[in-house]
Formats: sequence, structure tokens, C-alpha cells
Amino acid sequence: MLEIKNLHVKLEEEDKEILKGVNLTVEAGKVHAIMGPNGSGKSTLSYVLSGREGYEVTDGSATLDGRDLLEMEPEERAAAGLFLAFQYPVEIPGVGNMTFLRTAVNAQRKARGEEEISAADFLKLVRQKAKTLKIDADMLKRPVNVGFSGGEKKRNEILQMAMLEPRMCILDETDSGLDVDAMKLVAEGVNALRSPDRGFLVITHYQRLLDHIAPDVVHIMADGRIIKTGGPELALEVEQNGYADILAEVM
Amino acid sequence: MALPERKQSVTEARLAGLEIPRGGCTEPAREAALARLWQMGLPTRRDEYWKYTRPETLIQPQPPRAALLRTDEPPMFDAFDRLKIVFVDGVFDPQASDDLALEGVRIERIADLCEQDIHWARDLYGVLEARGHEPVPRPLAAFNTAFAGDGVVIHVTGRPSRPINLIYRHESEASDAVLHHLVRVEEGAEATILENGPAAARFNKCMEIDIADGGRLHLVRTQGRDHERRAATHVFARLGRESMLKCFTLTVNGVLTRNEVVVEFTGDEAVAHVAGACVGDGDFHHDDTVFVTHDAVGCESRQVFKKVLRNGATGVFQGKILVREGAQKTDGYQISQALLLDGDSQFLAKPELEIYADDVACSHGSTSGAIDEEALFYLRSRGVPEGEATDLLTLAFLAEAMDEIEDPALAEEIAGRVRGWLARHR
Ligand SMILES: Nc1ncnc2c1ncn2[C@@H]1O[C@H](COP(=O)(O)OP(=O)(O)OP(=O)(O)O)[C@@H](O)[C@H]1O
Ligand SMILES: [Mg+2]
Repeated sequence: MLEIKNLHVKLEEEDKEILKGVNLTVEAGKVHAIMGPNGSGKSTLSYVLSGREGYEVTDGSATLDGRDLLEMEPEERAAAGLFLAFQYPVEIPGVGNMTFLRTAVNAQRKARGEEEISAADFLKLVRQKAKTLKIDADMLKRPVNVGFSGGEKKRNEILQMAMLEPRMCILDETDSGLDVDAMKLVAEGVNALRSPDRGFLVITHYQRLLDHIAPDVVHIMADGRIIKTGGPELALEVEQNGYADILAEVM
Repeated sequence: MALPERKQSVTEARLAGLEIPRGGCTEPAREAALARLWQMGLPTRRDEYWKYTRPETLIQPQPPRAALLRTDEPPMFDAFDRLKIVFVDGVFDPQASDDLALEGVRIERIADLCEQDIHWARDLYGVLEARGHEPVPRPLAAFNTAFAGDGVVIHVTGRPSRPINLIYRHESEASDAVLHHLVRVEEGAEATILENGPAAARFNKCMEIDIADGGRLHLVRTQGRDHERRAATHVFARLGRESMLKCFTLTVNGVLTRNEVVVEFTGDEAVAHVAGACVGDGDFHHDDTVFVTHDAVGCESRQVFKKVLRNGATGVFQGKILVREGAQKTDGYQISQALLLDGDSQFLAKPELEIYADDVACSHGSTSGAIDEEALFYLRSRGVPEGEATDLLTLAFLAEAMDEIEDPALAEEIAGRVRGWLARHR
């Protein structure tokens, strides 16, 4: 479903290569996890896939269901089914969370040639999904992420994912800053969406999240490359020994 | 003291051949205003107060021609139940207007008021304007008092069930309209006044507002529809004890607009909010000049101005809060912000505080910036197309000013106009 081949990315403003040939395929129905030291390029990968400005792809390709992602505008990628839960969700003063959600849902429907959701149906849906994530009515009314706690922001990302029902979900450290209960809620939110035609790419530093979301495949990223790929046991190894052994083994 | 030569000559050129309307009770006030005007002279670019806005086209003898805009958009406030008072190129049109009778308010034409000799309005006409020249002269307002050709006197004694809508129609490409309105809100009375329309090729309007203790006035104005028209407006407001004024102005288009608002608190615990939102594209110059004087205890003033500028449009804000000695517990707030949608547009701001009391809370801030790229990407990553996302962020930027409109239906009407404008100007 998501196919990344030999992806090289540098910063637009500087001559600094950050991704140095990433190869990665996520099949429909699977959950892949990426772990890796700080600064190894995990967030950069997720930003480049979702179309953020400031990066230049110098080589390689990324496709979703065979369609060239790198050619598309960010909104087209979203309409094609790509979703990124941000490591640092953005605050938007003046735009209510509800308005934001409804605008997004309707924009994607429109892009797919579907009818807009009625106000009543939308409200019902959003309330129901918010409830399972323990997001209260007040948080829905407030401006997007403004004054939300770190954990609330992350739950709000999962709410957006639940509303948009993307085909390919990338979660960038959605577990960081979450308390134990919130982590469970988020994991349940992810697990509820697991289905044979949906893929996940979960970026995390900790085994804890992977206890709840059992990954099929675990990748280790270092210095802009995937340096090792394995099963769930790889995450346990990292948890116990850190990255030193793996890095040494590859070098 | 003699006027500088340039000032003298533009003033002479403008006033040559002009006669103040004679007869009736406003005549002495008009004479006095004319004398004031000769003393201060019309504005020139040399004046500090006109540093950012060129006054030439506002004071030259003939106005530049202004094409009429043909549009399919329904007139503003069209769906609202309101009392309509229509002026066409600055002249009251009784046929197009509603019957002026409305419970809780008495409305008369300035011209009619002059037929009676004794009228409360005589003690207001030109009075607040005359008080409003310290410390900076506002010669276009004095000109207005002297030469206003029409206008209404609105006396609010109760709580009229409908808003009063002053509608200004522009039908001649060369019209030069001068309107002067008086509003008196009596103790405990409350009303909403709406104003809209392009009025004339050149429009000079002055509204003097006197609010008695506990009175409340909502003033919601929209302007700028016919892009080529030029407008200079003044509001002079005096607020009594525990009274309230909320003034909001939306400007879309307009090659030249200067809106001056002068507020004076004379009674304690009063509230005045003056807000404006404007959206301008290209050949657009919009100037908000506001002066708030606190001369009473415990009053609250807010100035909230937001400007969206693109394609070389210019926004100007000159705002001042003056807190006089003894005006303790003053709560003064002022913010002016511009959203520059490209690198060509500019925002010129001169925010000022002058405080002579020690127990006050006053703040001011002025910023200009571009669209928040992070927020834009966030929206786009959720599937919202760039244009729509930009509009959403633009409306969010304007929100603080729009929030000053108390009535939700009016606020929605205004927001709808802005959305329409944004969609047409992507
Ligand atoms: N816009 C930028 N300007 C300068 N440096 C950047 C920029 N974006 C990324 N980098 C650099 O690229 C490298 C990879 O950053 P990235 O955020 O992708 O790491 P990460 O693997 O997500 O790290 P973490 O685990 O800390 O979230 C870092 O060295 C970072 O400083
Ligand atoms: Mg990261």
C-alpha cells in the first residue's frame, strides 16, 4: 500500500541531507513501527510523506496504492487516504475544533465526489467518537489545540483520525506525553480502526505503546536510513539494550 | 495665527463658492464650524495626523469620479427586519425609506429640525465635533458640520423593537455627499443603528452620539462596496455614567477610506468598544484613526482593529488612549493587527497611550504578519484545500474584531460577506 523506495531528502534551505535512502513498504492490514534515536529522521519522513514544505526530495519515490505521493499537494494526499498524527499538533487560535473537523471531513468527501455530511449526522458522529476518547464537549468547542494539555492534543489527533478514516495512518510519537490511561485510550482508538485494508506506521520510542498496539513489523531508523527490520522482538531488544548494539552491528 | 501657505490655498480652493445652508437652528453652529475650519485649515500631507493617508482627493473641490458597482449580491442587512432610512447620493429619499415612526425612538430630518427654533438637537449639533479637535484638529469634521446637506436626528427614548438602518446609495458617478447625523440615547434606553452602502463618489459623514447615563447603543457599519468611492467618516461619542457604546465597522474594497472615531467618557463605569475589520485587495487604502479619552472613573475602552491586505493594499491605524488625571480604575485595551497575504501590502500603525492617572490597566499592541504556515499545513494535511484553509485562517484572524458584534445574526451576516469576498478574491 505505502511504498517508499530509496528516498533521499535534504533541507531546502541548507545543504543538509536528512533521509539517505529510505526503503519501506507497509502492506494493507499491517502495523509497522519505526523506532530510532533522536534526530534520525523519523519525523522528517512523516512530514515529507504528508507534503510539508521545506524539504527537497533529491532521489527515490513514495507511492500510496501506486499513486505518486510526492507529486500531490498535501490536501490531495489526505484525500487519497494519508493521515499524519503530528508529533507536535499545531494550535490554531480562532478556529473552533468542531469547525476544523467538519471542514476537514467535508473537504475530503468533496474531493472524493461524495456529498457533504449533514450537520446532525456530523454532530452525532463526533460526539460518539469523542466520548470513546474521553474528549469532552468543551474541548470540541475550543479553538484547535489552543490551551490543550500535551495529552489532550494527542487524543485530539486520534479523534481526527477516527473521523477521517484514512487508509494509511502515520502516528508520530503519539504516545509521548500521555499518561498510562490516555495511552490505553489512544491504543484502543488505533486498534478500533485496524482493518484488512488499512495500514499503520507507528513512530515511537517506547515498547509501552507497542504492548497495546501489537506491531507486525518493527524498523530501526538511524542517520536517515532503515538499518534493521524485524518482528516485535526487535522493539523489546531496543527497550532492554538501547541502540548501541544494533548500531554497532550495522556499522 | 496665519495658516501655512499650502493649507491656506487648499482651504480657499475648497471653500470657494460654497455656502452654508441658511435658516433654522443649526445656522449658528454651522457659522462657528466654518470659523473653526478657517482657523485650522484643511489637511495636507504635512500634517502629522495625515502622514499615512493622502488627503488630496478628500479635499479637492470636485471629487474624482467613482464608477457604480453592479453586483448580484443582495444589499447588506436585506433579510433583517429593520427601519430603513435611505439616502441617495447624500439626499434623503422618502419614497425609498420606511415610515419613520417607531416606538421608543423619534427620527427627524436635520432639515425639518431647523424649522423649529427650540429643539434639544440644537445643543448637540456641532458640539461634540467642536470638542473633538483637542489635541488634534479634525478639519473634515468641521467642514461637515458647516456644510452638511442632510442627515437625521435619532432620539432614542426607549427600546425600539427593530434596528434603524441608514442606507447610503450611490447613483451618480460624480456625487459629493455630506451627511451629518445626531444620536441621543436617553437614560436607560437602547438601540441598534446599522449603516451600509457606498453613498456617493465622495462621502463625508459625521455622526455625533450622546449617550445618557445607562444608555446603550450598538452601531454596526459596513462600507466600501463600490470600490472607487472615497469616504471620510467621523463618529464623536460622549458617554454618560454606566452607558455603553459598541461600534463595529466592516470595510470591503474602497480606494480610500478614513474612519475617525472620537470617544469621550464623562460618566463613571461606562464601556466603549470600537472595532473594525477590513479586507482589501490592490488599490485599497484604509485608515482607522481612533481617539479615546478617559475622564471618568472605572471606564472600559477597547479598540480592536484587524486588517487583511493583499496585492499592495495599505492599512493604517492611528489609535490613542488618553487617561486624564483622576480617571482611576481605567481599563483600556487597544490592538491593531494586519494580516499581509503577500509581500507588497503594508500596514502602518501608530498606537499611543498617554496616562495621567496611576491606578489604571492599559495595554496596547500592534502586529503585522503573514498567514501562519504551520497552521496552513496542518489544515491542508487534513484535506482542506489551500484556498479554503487560507480563508479559514483569515476569518480566524478577524474573529477578535467580529466578536465585538453582540447580535449573533448580525455577526453572521457580516461573516458571510467576508467569506464571500474571500472566495471571490482567491
Ligand atoms: N527544518 C529543519 N531545519 C534544520 N534541521 C532540521 C529541520 N528538520 C529536520 N532537521 C534535522 O534533521 C534531523 C532529523 O530530524 P527529525 O525531526 O526527523 O528527527 P526524529 O527522528 O523525528 O527525532 P525525534 O525522535 O527527536 O523526534 C535532525 O538532526 C534535525 O535537527
Ligand atoms: Mg520526531
